[in-house]
Amino acid sequence: MRILDEREKLLEIRNLKTYFYTEEGVLKAVDGVDLLLHSGETLGLVGESGCGKSVTSMSIMRLLPSPPGKIVDGKILFKGRDLAQLSQKEMRKLRGNDISMIFQEPMTSLNPVFTIGNQISEAILLHKDVTKREARRQSIEMLKKVGIPSPEKRIDDYPHQLSGGMRQRAMIALALSCDPQLLIADEPTTALDVTIQAQILELMNDLKKSYNMSIMLITHDLGVVAETCDTVAVMYAGKIVEYTDAKGLFGNPSHPYTWGLMNSIPRLDQNIEKLHTIAGVVPNPLDFPEGCKYNTRCPIADDKCLQQEAELQEIRKGHKVRCWHYERLEQLKKVH
Amino acid sequence: MLRYTLSRMLGLIPTLILVALISFFLIHLTPGDPAAVMLGVEATPERVANLRADMGLDQPLTVQFKDWVSSALQGDLGNSFFLGRPVAEALVERLPATFSLAVAALLVAVIIGVPAGIIAAARQNSVFDGSVMVIALLGISVPSFWLGLLLILIFSVGLGWFPTGGYVPISEGFVQHVKYLVLPAVSLGFMQAALIARMTRASMLEVIRKDYITTARSKGQSEFVVVTKHALKNIAISVLTVVGMAFGILLGGAVIVETVFAYPGVGRLVVQAVTRRDYPLIQGALLMIASIYVIVNLVVDLLYPLFDPRIKYE
Repeated sequence: MRILDEREKLLEIRNLKTYFYTEEGVLKAVDGVDLLLHSGETLGLVGESGCGKSVTSMSIMRLLPSPPGKIVDGKILFKGRDLAQLSQKEMRKLRGNDISMIFQEPMTSLNPVFTIGNQISEAILLHKDVTKREARRQSIEMLKKVGIPSPEKRIDDYPHQLSGGMRQRAMIALALSCDPQLLIADEPTTALDVTIQAQILELMNDLKKSYNMSIMLITHDLGVVAETCDTVAVMYAGKIVEYTDAKGLFGNPSHPYTWGLMNSIPRLDQNIEKLHTIAGVVPNPLDFPEGCKYNTRCPIADDKCLQQEAELQEIRKGHKVRCWHYERLEQLKKVH
Repeated sequence: MLRYTLSRMLGLIPTLILVALISFFLIHLTPGDPAAVMLGVEATPERVANLRADMGLDQPLTVQFKDWVSSALQGDLGNSFFLGRPVAEALVERLPATFSLAVAALLVAVIIGVPAGIIAAARQNSVFDGSVMVIALLGISVPSFWLGLLLILIFSVGLGWFPTGGYVPISEGFVQHVKYLVLPAVSLGFMQAALIARMTRASMLEVIRKDYITTARSKGQSEFVVVTKHALKNIAISVLTVVGMAFGILLGGAVIVETVFAYPGVGRLVVQAVTRRDYPLIQGALLMIASIYVIVNLVVDLLYPLFDPRIKYE
């Protein structure tokens, strides 16, 4: 049993910059991101496709395709160790052991030509000094914990023999098999249907408590954030635009982008003809606008926003926003 | 599985009938007359006509085809005009040499092609990758007989390491057998190695981008195991398919290379049969080559489930 202080810093990212050097130019996928994750907490990383949330997670795992991807600046402090400075050999000891990952598509994230048992045992054998037989026993144990019925039979199944929800459970069993302190979940429920989504989220919440681990949940689904996260960082165009606890975010979204996202959620308690959308599209990462990167879509942008980008500033305790005019947003909220 | 195999084997019959039909009429459509070849330019037209009648060549083509097919179905491929012995016997006699050569050439192709393709994909856009691709392009473009001549010039005539040609059966000593095999096997296998390398690389590049490869890496697995375990088994089927095709082609006769190396295999027998218009021998050989090709491909198909659990033959 690890003895950790409730508020111990598990992961601290400081000014992370991950760029992709492509033929068309430098793509600043992650451009100065700061994040803090305490042990036992769930941090939500929210944003549209291409905002840099997955690149952030791949930077932590140091699994960026390189070239073209490269961490050019910043620190990724995991229990005080800077992951950005570790060798691949040192990283391999952490991956799957201290930090694990699950992915969006349970259909494609398990290897189709090996049994579930083989794939879970592989991780156990890599990080623990146990026999094959013991690894198999532990794999069955893991499958039981993630709620797969008759695990001693299922362990010899191939991924295609399981349903989507069962596959994601198997994937979670694999990720948690070595008792990691940090689980990075990249859109873990996006590919599942809604009832299964709820089950998987509940399972992750339960396991988080029983394992006392932290979760970094990457999603574009604010509903998922509301159900699971303690703190939330909203990303846009490679930067964090709003960073606060979940309550603060939903109670008082203070960046026009976050507000736009929330307005885009269909609501049953209001009678509106047409769903609200955010105007325009995500800017091309090779050609970001000058000034605030949201200025092409923002309803309250003015000349200042076209020229200069705001810093991430604390507007109330524990609530940071990257916007010049967060106060002006309040008036807009009243109109809507 | 057994039912599937049997039905697939039944399915081979129409293919083979088609092969027999096409080869029969193609041969008879080519100008030239075996009787005239046998008797030489001095022969009188009567003697030629008599010989043609003896060989049954004066019959209409349809009758000749019917006769040939009905005896072929009973396992009798007829007698060779020139060798004066049964075609089947002559072919069986040549098979071991061709089989040795095909296996050796396939070994060359697989041992070079598969690792080259894998490493090239794992180090995409590196110097190694570039070199493999250029050499593979060369391998596909260079005719094997030219490569054979070049190898003879360098390694036999120049360095004297290997004989210029010929064949020693495996029963007369393995080392000698291999010594005679090396050059023809390399000249034959090189092109197949190139094809296999390109195919392996392309499949590998596709698989290496899959999510489950990232999963394997995220477990903390080393890049070597990620490639040789997780990726390799996923490309096994595509590699197996090209290897099977290569083996079929190689068994089917390295017609020209066998001639270059004076190698007594089926291919050389076919060349001789064609120049002499030895109809029964050509037909028999083509039928055998086609049968081997389709059987090898059937075996490859039947091996698929071993590599991919999603494939099941009911």
